[in-house]
Amino acid sequence: MNLFELLGIFNYWVFAIVLTVGLYTVIAKTNLVKKLIGLSIFQSAVFLMYITMDKVEGGTAPIIQKGVENQVFSNPLPQVLILTAIVVGVSTLALGLAIVVRIYETYDTIEENEILDAD
Amino acid sequence: MDLTPHLPALQVIVPMLSSPLILLLKPRGLAWAGAAAVALFSFAIALNMALAVARGNEFYYEMGGWQAPYGIALSVDGFSALVLLIITGAAAAALLAARPSVDQQIEAERQPLFYSAFLLALAGLTGIAVSADAFNIFVFMEISSLASYVLIAGGPDRRALPAVFKYLTMGTIGATFYLIGVGMVYMMTGTLNLADMEARIGDVTDINPILVAAGFITIGLALKAAVFPLHVWLPNAYAQAPHIVTVFLAACATKVAIYVLIRFDYFVFQANLENHALQFSTFLAPLALFGILVASAVAMFEGHIKRLLAMSSVAQIGYIILGASFVTTAGLTASAAHLFNHALAKGGLFLAITGLAYHYRDLRLDQLAGAARTMPWTAAAIVVCGLSLVGIPGTAGFISKWLLINAAIDNGDMAWLLIAIVLLSSLMALAYVYRIIDTLYFKPAVVAQAPGEAPMQLLLVIGIVAVANIVFGLFPSFPLALSSSAAELLLRHTL
Repeated sequence: MNLFELLGIFNYWVFAIVLTVGLYTVIAKTNLVKKLIGLSIFQSAVFLMYITMDKVEGGTAPIIQKGVENQVFSNPLPQVLILTAIVVGVSTLALGLAIVVRIYETYDTIEENEILDAD
Repeated sequence: MDLTPHLPALQVIVPMLSSPLILLLKPRGLAWAGAAAVALFSFAIALNMALAVARGNEFYYEMGGWQAPYGIALSVDGFSALVLLIITGAAAAALLAARPSVDQQIEAERQPLFYSAFLLALAGLTGIAVSADAFNIFVFMEISSLASYVLIAGGPDRRALPAVFKYLTMGTIGATFYLIGVGMVYMMTGTLNLADMEARIGDVTDINPILVAAGFITIGLALKAAVFPLHVWLPNAYAQAPHIVTVFLAACATKVAIYVLIRFDYFVFQANLENHALQFSTFLAPLALFGILVASAVAMFEGHIKRLLAMSSVAQIGYIILGASFVTTAGLTASAAHLFNHALAKGGLFLAITGLAYHYRDLRLDQLAGAARTMPWTAAAIVVCGLSLVGIPGTAGFISKWLLINAAIDNGDMAWLLIAIVLLSSLMALAYVYRIIDTLYFKPAVVAQAPGEAPMQLLLVIGIVAVANIVFGLFPSFPLALSSSAAELLLRHTL
């Protein structure tokens, strides 16, 4: 694989790196809020993958215009899918934070090991 | 107007639309009545579809009249009809019995919220079962998961919160893995419709992304399904949830993930990837066997009755995966039948535990000693469902274990090892079920005994489920017909 090909899939490299950074944060951090941040990064990586795959070189938004023919369009479907996935991600994050708040109220800490010790 | 063709859509829409309406029913009891009525109605829809499918009429529904693969298709065949029956049956039983237990565990003003989340979980799970579209499955999976996180966190015990946080992180990772896999398949085939995917993967020239996708999807769904060793979220989440939520989730939440796992791997990948059957079974069969042995062993020494049964669930998931990993009609039939029978046995057990918990606050096994003396009916139900869990002849659990052993015999060289492990783990199951029975019946009481039986409403449902365990053990033809039609359908391109 030459340099040109490597750079051509630049977005996918970023996807893979961001994905692992997120997953590592979820696993390695003991602070629950940091875990949730990691989870969000992890999910964002997937958004990037979907957005990358829909891009067609020279493609525009898929709107039919009068007088313009043979226009190249980017694929709109992955964008629609990822809008849905973003909503799912936001609701998961909101619920996760709500749980962390309740954990803080009942345990007075958001460190995982201290919570385990408390019970 | 004949509504029959619209049943797959109604199955999801009815609980989903009633969920926000339940919120408005503030007066006590009304929210419960509404939710129970909706669950019963959903069960009636599922039963109707299952009967039609058993007669050979499968359902295929295009949302809004948009043709697949452009629109979103719903389909109900033997396998999904069976899973729908499990989901709606569990929801109906849990909600009918719910009121006394929920009154105890959830404050009155939060009850409409609780029932509303319950119906959302039901809508999500049924949505997964009817969808024929990979992305739609993801969305419904997240709807049901988010609703079940809320339900589990609703319990009075503060330990529910860390448990649910763990479930939330692991569940989200699982769902995101699934999403990555679906994205990769979409990248190569340009479609999200499962049937269309299967047809188009054959034309893909570079098969590597599909292989990676198969890996992501299998791992992600195994995480959701609590396949050993990805089960660590399960015991605490089940043990700390409000009792009635445990009944519902233990009966169907992981099973729906297994359903998607089996369906995806068999429908989309099986006929298209070289050696897929071998990879699928060499990956999952050892996990299933370890899961069966380790989880059964842990359950034997577990002191808290709900955690004990949750560990036993991990072992039972092992049986289901083991049957599927044979890649034969017999194995898949055993798997599908075990989905149904385990839901009956475990749902019944957790219902009976809900009955015990009405009088006993502390559910550690030694605290429950002698409970059978004042709660004979509840204890009897635990015996019946426990024996069904072990697989004693005459109960539902026996049927699927028998099928599983038969399927293992056909499996050739590994057969004796497999049979030995299944029998050994059945002995372990006998050991932990006997520990429960021994404690309930023969040990002297250590805390003040319950003043009487569980409330009538709860007891009635417990009785129905316990009797169902025996009925489906003696007359198993209906679930078996659905199971074997499911197995033939899944392998239609392979055999």
